[in-house]
Amino acid sequence: MIRITRVIDFSASLRYARGGLSDDDNAALFGSRARHHGHNYRLEVTLRGEPDPVTGMVLNLKDLQQILDDEIMARFDHRDLNLDTPYFEKDPPSPENFARVIRRILVAALPDGMLDRIRLQQDADLWVDVIEPEP
Amino acid sequence: MIELTLRYGFPAAHILSQPALSEAENWAIYDKCANPNGHGHNYEVEVTVTGPMDERTGRILAPDLLDRIFEERIESRFARRLLNDDEAFRDRVPTAENIALVIHETLADEVAKRSSAEVIRVKIVETRHNSCISGAIA
Repeated sequence: MIRITRVIDFSASLRYARGGLSDDDNAALFGSRARHHGHNYRLEVTLRGEPDPVTGMVLNLKDLQQILDDEIMARFDHRDLNLDTPYFEKDPPSPENFARVIRRILVAALPDGMLDRIRLQQDADLWVDVIEPEP
Repeated sequence: MIELTLRYGFPAAHILSQPALSEAENWAIYDKCANPNGHGHNYEVEVTVTGPMDERTGRILAPDLLDRIFEERIESRFARRLLNDDEAFRDRVPTAENIALVIHETLADEVAKRSSAEVIRVKIVETRHNSCISGAIA
């Protein structure tokens, strides 16, 4: 089994908010994270599989980059996670929730069983890994 | 499986030597790290937790809580000190391995007391040439 990782960087703004709560309640629940702020996210996407005997690749990196451009960059880069995406109307865009959203999008976009893990790095000192079960 | 990792750090001095051995014997084992006058590192500490998600806050663990625990239990205890003076290293040489074990045990206890998360791994980066992990690797 081979694992191969591709890294992309994107920037987005966000506010922690629970759908249905007032601004004051969100501020009480999330503190300064309820204010409008932003991050330079780094996403590491690791695929697993056997290299194709002819191409020598698990997945053509050009195709992987296209998927990441279409599914991740187009949706999130230089966007507001609350206002420009449909994923955080109820749940706050914590890195845990954001990583789960990205994982769901990539599982649907990639060939079956190919996603091994993602690492969503919010800044140099905080990241979330979502790891798929062993096949 | 979802994991959250926060990275911290502290500068500290240490001496790698076994009190029962002579300086020459310690030098044979630990080489320049046995310098009896000490030396130091900027230790980096990566703390990884897992556990049930609090769906209300969207978090496994509030980063602010781990920040406080790290400050209270690790930074105030080890930062800008000689690690050999700490009781944890009275009977253990303060190698990166033992530092990882002590920090892992200390944080695991405190995080378990104050949250529903579990510290599954602590990685110590001692220099850019050596690092050490205590706990499960995914």
